[in-house]
Amino acid sequence: MASRSLDAFARMSIGRAFASGVGMVAGGFLILLVLVAIFAPWIAPFDYAAQNLMNANAAPGWPHLLGTDEFGRDVLSRVIHGARTSLSVSATAIAISMAAGMTLGAAAGYFGGFFERAVMTIVDLTWSFPDILIALIFVAIIGPGLTSTTFAIAIAYLAQFTRLTRAQIVRLKRETFIEATINLGAKPSHILLKHLMPNAIAPVIVVGMLAIGDGIVLEATLGFFGLGAQPPTPSWGAMMSSGTAQLFLSPWVIIFPGLAVAVTVIAVNLFGDELIRALDIRDRLRGA
Amino acid sequence: MLSVRDLGVAFGMVQPLSGVSFSVGKGETLGIVGESGSGKSLTAMSVMGLLPLSGGRITGGTVEFDGQDLTKLPERAYRKLRGGRIGLITQNPMTSLDPLKKIGPQVDDVAKLHLGLDAAAARARTEEILGTLRIPEPALICDRYPHQMSGGMKQRIVIAMALTADPDVLIADEPTTALDVTVQAQIIRLLDDLVKDRDLALVLITHDMSVVAQTCDKVVVMYAGRAVEHGPVEAIFDHPRHPYTQALIGCIPRGLVEAKRLTGIEGTVPTVVNYPDGCPFHPRCPRAQAVCATEPPAFSVAGDSAAACHFAEVAHAEPA
Repeated sequence: MASRSLDAFARMSIGRAFASGVGMVAGGFLILLVLVAIFAPWIAPFDYAAQNLMNANAAPGWPHLLGTDEFGRDVLSRVIHGARTSLSVSATAIAISMAAGMTLGAAAGYFGGFFERAVMTIVDLTWSFPDILIALIFVAIIGPGLTSTTFAIAIAYLAQFTRLTRAQIVRLKRETFIEATINLGAKPSHILLKHLMPNAIAPVIVVGMLAIGDGIVLEATLGFFGLGAQPPTPSWGAMMSSGTAQLFLSPWVIIFPGLAVAVTVIAVNLFGDELIRALDIRDRLRGA
Repeated sequence: MLSVRDLGVAFGMVQPLSGVSFSVGKGETLGIVGESGSGKSLTAMSVMGLLPLSGGRITGGTVEFDGQDLTKLPERAYRKLRGGRIGLITQNPMTSLDPLKKIGPQVDDVAKLHLGLDAAAARARTEEILGTLRIPEPALICDRYPHQMSGGMKQRIVIAMALTADPDVLIADEPTTALDVTVQAQIIRLLDDLVKDRDLALVLITHDMSVVAQTCDKVVVMYAGRAVEHGPVEAIFDHPRHPYTQALIGCIPRGLVEAKRLTGIEGTVPTVVNYPDGCPFHPRCPRAQAVCATEPPAFSVAGDSAAACHFAEVAHAEPA
């Protein structure tokens, strides 16, 4: 049943988000970016790890359209592969965060009492630290790498999804149709999964969409500090970090990955705003 | 079938319901009437075992259904009764259906849960029950979302859901308040037919005395969380003995026959926190004496009916 209402949700709203000019440009860019990430090995003109020290720090031109870095690796190929790293890490992290946050938030909102207070206290505690600090603490504990980056981002955004889901469930729980369902003898699990969750999911998905943008920034930040993707795996953050050394010698090494992060995050946010408008859920996002 | 005896309900320190008794048998319709805030809906919630949801608890009395005391029933067993053997029709059909689910699956769920049917059999049952409620083209309706239907149609769906598992008792909590007058009459007639056809026991909660006069066999009049008068419908309407009942009947518009102006009852129902001492109705009662403000009246029985009034006999002598 949830899948069917999700279908309807998708048909109604995602389509409408594309309807405006901004939505179309931002959404179109994101679709293009996802395609680039998926088909990176076929699109990239060079091997992202192939070094050519004879041609290090080459300026943008032919055949290296965006130039080469300090090891003579093709910047364009690395930016394209970097899209793969950034998007997959951020999307996976947000998916984990959403799944965990929705479960915790729904359980807290539905069952209430001591369980709710315990969950919300812990979640609010993590909410009070900046995202980056939580992610850093987490990476510091389990060590750098893409897996720990993924979990660090997931934990950093957990509070957001937990709070939002809980707020939705608490509001919906008082609706007449939920009481009517109880009156028909439904079990708590049925009420929670078949009635409350499908009605609560729309704003959570939109916030998830926006959080992917934040996740990309956080992934780039961790990569910049050398805590994310390890060499030679290309990541926008790590590329910018290595680019700082040659900032004046070969600025293209830092400019292009930085541009990729900026444009992607702007596109995600613009599209997210259109989605909020299309779904007409601005009110429901407040107070969470 | 269902018999409530001396029911009392409390939320923390306040006691919004006390000493409510009634019983209803198969094929019988019991009306519970009273103004807003008199405890009608709370009575329905108590019978359905829903008080814990809003933080209330039963402080006294029994709710007996089919030989078992529901006040002592564990939640798991209660769930089998709700929607299975006791159906509740809620006040507002506009918000009683899940906005994201089509009608078919919503009604199917009841048949699956209580009758143990598989998907195909449940759908057959759904279409059958929609048919008996005179809903045209059940198969088509099953494929609609709630927002695509009118209020009257939604109320029928809500009634259908309450009837799917073939309950013994149906509690209708102001089933027509949110509907057009024309649709109200249809729904009331529908409920009336169901009682006769299925041998249902119906508890009809309403504030409309004319509906009670048309459909009910027995009446309980509630005021400020207490039953003030109960008895067979003829006795209550022909010889109301409690001044509140008399006043309620006086409020029924009677068309052009009586050209005098409609009467009202001065004042409002007291709120739970400031229920008056003695008889709860005394501040608004035209017959109130000093004793009414101090002594809570006992039921004065006359034939099948009883009225909680110190001056029930006097009241009887002067019908409204």
